[in-house]
Amino acid sequence: MEWFWCHSALHLRFQHGPERSLTHGCRRRRLHVRVMSLAIPAAQPVLLIEEKLSAAEATTPVTRRTALNAVHRRMGAKMVEFNGWDMPVEYPSAGGIIAEHNAVRNGVGIFDVSHMGDIRLQGPEALAAVQHISMNDASRLAIGQAQYSAMLYPQGTFVDDVIVHRLGDDDYLLVINAGTREKDFNWVRDNTRQFKCKVENLSDDFTQIAVQGPKGVDLLQKLTDAHLSAVKFYWVTRGTVCGLKNILIARTGYTAEDGFEIYVPADEATSAMVWHRVLEAGKEFGAIPCGLGARNTLRLEGKLPLYGHEISDTINVWEAGLDRFCKMEKPEFIGRAALEKAKSAGMKRTLVGLEMVERGIARDGYKVLDDNGREIGYVTSGSYAPFLKKNIALAYVPPEFGDIGSTVKVEIRGQGVKAQIVPTPFYKRPKKA
Amino acid sequence: MSYPADFKYTKEHEWIKSDGKNATIGITTYAQESLGDIVFVDLPKPGSEINAGKTFGSVESVKAVSDLYAPASGTVTEVNGELATAPEKINKDAHGSWMIKLTLKNPGEVNGLLSATDYEKFVAEEGGH
Repeated sequence: MEWFWCHSALHLRFQHGPERSLTHGCRRRRLHVRVMSLAIPAAQPVLLIEEKLSAAEATTPVTRRTALNAVHRRMGAKMVEFNGWDMPVEYPSAGGIIAEHNAVRNGVGIFDVSHMGDIRLQGPEALAAVQHISMNDASRLAIGQAQYSAMLYPQGTFVDDVIVHRLGDDDYLLVINAGTREKDFNWVRDNTRQFKCKVENLSDDFTQIAVQGPKGVDLLQKLTDAHLSAVKFYWVTRGTVCGLKNILIARTGYTAEDGFEIYVPADEATSAMVWHRVLEAGKEFGAIPCGLGARNTLRLEGKLPLYGHEISDTINVWEAGLDRFCKMEKPEFIGRAALEKAKSAGMKRTLVGLEMVERGIARDGYKVLDDNGREIGYVTSGSYAPFLKKNIALAYVPPEFGDIGSTVKVEIRGQGVKAQIVPTPFYKRPKKA
Repeated sequence: MSYPADFKYTKEHEWIKSDGKNATIGITTYAQESLGDIVFVDLPKPGSEINAGKTFGSVESVKAVSDLYAPASGTVTEVNGELATAPEKINKDAHGSWMIKLTLKNPGEVNGLLSATDYEKFVAEEGGH
């Protein structure tokens, strides 16, 4: 794999604070030099960036490629390793991260998200199985409806976040993160043995393409016979797409915009055909290919959590502020008891949104300080926000520091730089008239 | 990519243009391309001393933080204020976007740096340009 845009001479350095225990069972690997990856870098300030590996990669060291890998490379994409996958981070020919980000906000952008995982649960007790492992209430799902949820450890902390889709009477699809594919599948399989249902890992069966932005529906409608205007946000349908029959089309995404995700056969020829036809159909809407760089800045503006950052196996649901996706009225699910205890014990930390007031960019792992320079927390994700044109971040701080409007400092290269706690999400897509 | 013949270059991808007494410093177009959209530049104040081979500031793109290494030692006389509000100028024209000007402490230091041809060769080996 060529390190196209990251070389020793640039001495990329990444400053951050003390180790935050993140993914369970991970190990650290010292890399020659890397661009800051989307996964969390490690403990002490170093001249080289250390990349924390997920448990999945610890056991499967070979870097994986999606079916569209050759296509991305031919398009001149800058490639980066993300959680064991060789993925495009941006496409210079499309204009780079900022252009890609704003294409999604203003028109439409196309992402290869095939690295995500897919687990299907089918059988008479599939719903019961899902209810056991998922914190949201899947019994509320009509056929064709989806919901955001998470799978929790008995301690009430996160195995992963997930989108649960109800495909049929007793047929559920869980779409999970790339870095936790194996861990999640093992978790689901091991914790649903008591239910009459089949658990399948379909992660390698699909090329998943995300068509995101206000013009996404117009673009995709050109390629399908499905009536997309009838598909509400977080609902799914099936239709012929690019001549392929019975394709799952979900009105879901990770960009805080309207958009769709389509699941097509994972062979290279079909995947490339669909990718190119989507871009071609999108030309009139200004569609461009978008990489993981823009994917991260888009989800950050929308305060969408990223595993290993805002959520992890040491963070619980209340701290992460995901209460509304956690249905405590369900009598049972893994983690429920611990969450109840945690609720009465009170929160030790809370996730807040920061906007930099003084010059500087708060980055993942940077320390958060009070006005006296005392360390009170840390940044989970931070970046320049291309649409908002501000430097924003999410951070964990003790609840007493979490009031909107209060100021804190972020330690950037040894200096405390002023930031203000702001309401989140930082960006909300405009409501259609 | 073409690299001005009247500049000298470092392996850390800075350029320096010297007249023997004073010099101007920036980063190369290879560096800006590698970084991507530049969104933040942190430069020293006029009057600061910088030392050859040591960091004198940093440049940040959306995805990366990168130190700037001084090609030569000296005292900073001017800082390009435009870059505080329009850092993307570096992406548009890296060789035309100066970062700092300085009076050189040891003008001879510049002679040991890479010529445009040597830098071009170095970059070709590094990244295949």
